[in-house]
Amino acid sequence: MKAAIVVFPGTNRERDMAIALRGVTGHAPAMVWHREDALPAGTDLVVLPGGFSYGDYLRCGAMAAHAPVMAAIREFAAKGGHVLGVCNGFQILTEAQLLPGALLRNAALRFLSQDCFLRVERNDTPFTRHWAKGDVFRTPMAHGDGNYIASADTIRMLEDTNRVAFRYVAEDGRMDEGDPQINPNGSMHAIAGVFSENLRVCGMMPHPEDLVDPLMGGEDGKPLFTGLVEALVG
Amino acid sequence: MSAKVSRPVDEALAREFGLTAEEYGNVLSIMGRTPTFTELGIFSVMWSEHCSYKSSRAFLKTLPTKAPWVIHGPGENAGVVDIGQGLAAIFKMESHNHPSFIEPYQGAATGVGGILRDVFTMGARPVANLNALRFGDPNNPQTRRIVDGVVRGVGGYGNCVGVPTVGGEINFHPAYDGNPLVNAMTVGVARQDRIFLSAAAGVGNPVIYVGSKTGRDGIHGATMSSSEFDEDALAKRPTVQVGDPFVEKLLIEACLELMATDAIVAIQDMGAAGLTSSSVEMAGKGGVGIDLDLDHVPQRERGMTAYEMMLSESQERMLIVLRPDRTEQARAIFDKWELDFAVIGHLTDTGNIVIRHKGEVEADIPLAPLADQAPVYHRPTAPALKPQPMEQIIDPVGVEQALIRLIGCPDLASRAWVYNQYDSTVGGQTVRRPGAADAAIVKVEDTQIGLALTTDCTPRYCRANAKLGGAQAVAEAWRNITATGARPLAVTDNLNFGSPEKPEVMGQFVDAIAGMGEACRALDFPVVSGNVSLYNETRAPDGTSQSILPTPAIGGLGVLEDVRTAVGLEMPDECDIMLLGETKGQLGQSIWLREILGAQDGEPPELDLAAERRNGDFVRGLIQNGTVIACHDVADGGVLVAVAEMVMAGQAGCVLGAPQSGMRPEAFWFGEDQSRYVVAVRDGQALTTLAAQAGVPCRKLGRSGGQGLTLPSGSTISKARLLAVHSEFFPRLMDR
Repeated sequence: MKAAIVVFPGTNRERDMAIALRGVTGHAPAMVWHREDALPAGTDLVVLPGGFSYGDYLRCGAMAAHAPVMAAIREFAAKGGHVLGVCNGFQILTEAQLLPGALLRNAALRFLSQDCFLRVERNDTPFTRHWAKGDVFRTPMAHGDGNYIASADTIRMLEDTNRVAFRYVAEDGRMDEGDPQINPNGSMHAIAGVFSENLRVCGMMPHPEDLVDPLMGGEDGKPLFTGLVEALVG
Repeated sequence: MSAKVSRPVDEALAREFGLTAEEYGNVLSIMGRTPTFTELGIFSVMWSEHCSYKSSRAFLKTLPTKAPWVIHGPGENAGVVDIGQGLAAIFKMESHNHPSFIEPYQGAATGVGGILRDVFTMGARPVANLNALRFGDPNNPQTRRIVDGVVRGVGGYGNCVGVPTVGGEINFHPAYDGNPLVNAMTVGVARQDRIFLSAAAGVGNPVIYVGSKTGRDGIHGATMSSSEFDEDALAKRPTVQVGDPFVEKLLIEACLELMATDAIVAIQDMGAAGLTSSSVEMAGKGGVGIDLDLDHVPQRERGMTAYEMMLSESQERMLIVLRPDRTEQARAIFDKWELDFAVIGHLTDTGNIVIRHKGEVEADIPLAPLADQAPVYHRPTAPALKPQPMEQIIDPVGVEQALIRLIGCPDLASRAWVYNQYDSTVGGQTVRRPGAADAAIVKVEDTQIGLALTTDCTPRYCRANAKLGGAQAVAEAWRNITATGARPLAVTDNLNFGSPEKPEVMGQFVDAIAGMGEACRALDFPVVSGNVSLYNETRAPDGTSQSILPTPAIGGLGVLEDVRTAVGLEMPDECDIMLLGETKGQLGQSIWLREILGAQDGEPPELDLAAERRNGDFVRGLIQNGTVIACHDVADGGVLVAVAEMVMAGQAGCVLGAPQSGMRPEAFWFGEDQSRYVVAVRDGQALTTLAAQAGVPCRKLGRSGGQGLTLPSGSTISKARLLAVHSEFFPRLMDR
């Protein structure tokens, strides 16, 4: 799998992502600067990592969605390429309208850096194939704007077409949208991640890339990356 | 401001700038003429307490600063120590106290930004931030505003630059009501052969300005930080700088990219007193002169005068001396990162700093006397008031009730509400996050080296006995690092005190340094960098002023050759829970005494540095060889609080046996005797034998297992109950 990590000014989790990808592929992913107008030849997976692109002084991700490199990423996605956006990367994908919905300030209006539990809502995608449907895994989250919102029609469409990738749940898998202990940022339907219509673009707020090593507290995030490698081999 | 420029320069103006009559006399004799307005501004900030350390310098010199593993001690932007494999840790702690009272968010944010620059200016990638915070009485209505702003500011800046905030400490006390303390620490890692210093060299070499544009923010910030607050403190908001962590992030990446080349001769950040201190210090250290033409300084506002540009404390700026033929190579890097880059001058052989603006020479000052003749004061000292002796103690509540009250009190309650607003995992190297061990553990990327990081100080001990308190702060930092299995290497100190013009405060300062020095020597734990913050006073409307508690905060750094050997404090199942170190049941100045009896009496617990070292070296060896599975030092609140914290952090409970015979239960369980550790081992009997051989007092406290904490009375407090009580304080204070 050839992965390319996109770096905007203010991106700050590109190294975490590179470590996670290197751990499963055995080689360093390409780093692509925001001003590039093309992706490296043969790219299988584009990753938009976390951070504060352009300072996020406008809506989070709004500036990055118009960066030069985004034209190449749109084209890549339109041709069926696989794109993963984490945290700020998810925000950018919604701003670029490659994924539906938007991320508002956390309901409690504070930055939240803590572990959360995610439930895998389907496992027939390259991003989730190494989990079983309904699996619950622990992962760090670290964001101020992760409160997922979309119109009622969009939410219904996402639910009807099974495009919710991950939900915030209790450790036992129980969902409770109204409980801030379980759905920490107040997301609608406790949505932590969504898929595009073709299931090849995935955005999520928490950081599985920061939990891929027992030394750092566990490998709960690793199936995302091993699954992608298996799906995108070659 | 132009009206001000036209003001005559005289003693009255010098006074307004914070210089004494005598200091102004020295300025006149150095210059041989009346200085210009800009020159007087430069003298006043360079000779401010904040920049010149005039009240503290003579005493700081007594601290030990050397060890075989120290690469650079005090005098550089940050301290540098050898961590093995050709790598160095670069670290420092610095205060941003005064701005944080006036404007908590920006005060704290720019405190983080400033200390980051001190570290990456030396070539290190910042890998961890910590912070030591002191706030006023939780019941004071100002406290909530300040806690909220400071926590948001620390997080807002650190989270955006992508450096994990992994540790710190918080105390509350009414003495900080009008003067909170915000001490920020950054740790970075560099290759030992790529460390950058600030001494300028090479006559003719270009002087480069990079980073943000210069505005009028923070003018005379250093002077503001060198005086007491009065009732108009909040009117000083314009002297507080405004931070932009996004630009800082770009500046880190651009500087590190430039540092990978050989273009840089010298580099320093523009911190307190901005362009003035950076240019004066770089040229002064290098023994060269410097010519600056301010017309080329990137400016955010129109019509700025030379005085304003020289004294501005606009953030996220660096000054670099380049090799002459590397200007375009460097410019290309800063263009890539969309940062300002300007050649604003060059080095000369005159030994003077010459400032030009719009064709006029605005300042021409000889650098040697500006540095060498900076004032040094040996201010009068007076012994501090001794604490009241402790009265006969009668425990009114019993052990169980006292434990519940202690783990919920402001100084011991869970800090999760705070550290959950700080990104502690970015970078992917955080092995032990806040609350998981006595020191935070961060792995050095692409190696197995671990760094153990902590900040410590017990201000109530320092007030009761400043010398002992200074020593205890150092010992506790050493102990916290030791409790993870790491080898303590060195400290950075952040000395926060009241006005040095008060003899009893100066006495506290001198005593605290004496105590720190003793502990640093006994523990081979030298001071490699630091910062002094004086004039931490709040003036009441009636003219009296109250000093803060003496707070010599210590930032400690230790190293683990193999980070996998580190232990945390989570209670493991089926272990013997042992106490190492001698227990005398000293309750003087303890949290128990304050929270249960409302008294702040007695001498703080004794500190025997030989025992400290013996006990610590013993524990560290047992962690490294795998005998000790979990470890927690005994600190505020004593043994029972330590055990409760281990239960709350882990999955297993603990059943405790009887306390030491011949000692009152509250003295055994809540006394704050120093140099002790609670450890979990598989075989307590074997540990007892080893400890006896090493001369370390050892005692079995109980056995882990089950759920909750079972006291000797047989009563069990569930883990859920402990956690509920422990986590109540911050949300109740802040989210109401």
